[in-house]
Amino acid sequence: MKFAILVFPGSNCDHDAYHAAKHVFEQEAKFVWHKEERLGDADVVIIPGGFSYGDYLRAGAIARFSPVMKDVIRFANEGGLVLGVCNGFQVLCEAGLLPGALMRNASLRFACKDVHLRVENNATPFTSEAQIRQVLNIPIAHGEGNYEADEATLDELERENRIVFRYCDASGNATSESNPNGSARNIAGIINAEGNVMGMMPHPERCVESILGHGSEDGAVIFRSLVEHVDSAVVA
Amino acid sequence: MYKANVTITLRASILDPQGKAMQHALHDLGHDSVTQVRAGKHIEMLIDADSSAEAETVATNACEQLLANSVMEDFSIEVLELESASAA
Repeated sequence: MKFAILVFPGSNCDHDAYHAAKHVFEQEAKFVWHKEERLGDADVVIIPGGFSYGDYLRAGAIARFSPVMKDVIRFANEGGLVLGVCNGFQVLCEAGLLPGALMRNASLRFACKDVHLRVENNATPFTSEAQIRQVLNIPIAHGEGNYEADEATLDELERENRIVFRYCDASGNATSESNPNGSARNIAGIINAEGNVMGMMPHPERCVESILGHGSEDGAVIFRSLVEHVDSAVVA
Repeated sequence: MYKANVTITLRASILDPQGKAMQHALHDLGHDSVTQVRAGKHIEMLIDADSSAEAETVATNACEQLLANSVMEDFSIEVLELESASAA
């Protein structure tokens, strides 16, 4: 399968995502510069972490108007799989592909540490290889990861089972102490109504092999799910 | 030529941790009478338009499309006409 990894000025997790896709999972992978007007052949688009356009105005606000984002929106509307990680999640919200917004962390501090996530929904192409309520250990690194939306939107996300990950403690309890940034309802990742666009603040690409990621390989489950999903679709 | 002063603030319903931090610091300095601080952005635009109303429309569209995020922010716009002599 083919991964297309977007590169904006200021992206800094693009090579990590490329490494995970190309070298760890041995799939085809390519970088797509933000000035490109076409994604080309791709099964999955990854919008990586970083500080696109220096986070000017708001995180992700300028990147969403990049030429390549027009084609990402087309790709998503046609059912293509899009994964936004960290700044990529911010870009997806700014582009209107996901609801809500990511605000300054409630602590006002940049949060860079390993956190626990509870898998709330494994009926997605991004999490099918995970167990429901499985606790993953994945790092975060962000200053603006405080997910907010109006109450009606949050209720809709809950009702439609579109909250994919929640911050939790090591035993899987979503407590306020385990919420690293003040996100509404401990939300760490959500998916769109159609189930093909997911955004998450934690960085799965940073923990796909035990030699890195403080010994955690828990991010691998997301890449494994994607590969499994696309490969089985090809066979079918 | 018109000048648009745009003020963008977090919606009243949204917690403003930056404003809270400033308020705490002001209290530490003895300014106990400050009961609320909200942080926001100030953006100035020069707009080449034929009327104040046209300039305001341009500024409103700019806010809705890019400058403010309606999920969490409100904006207000003040349009001033610049004297052509001083603009030159």
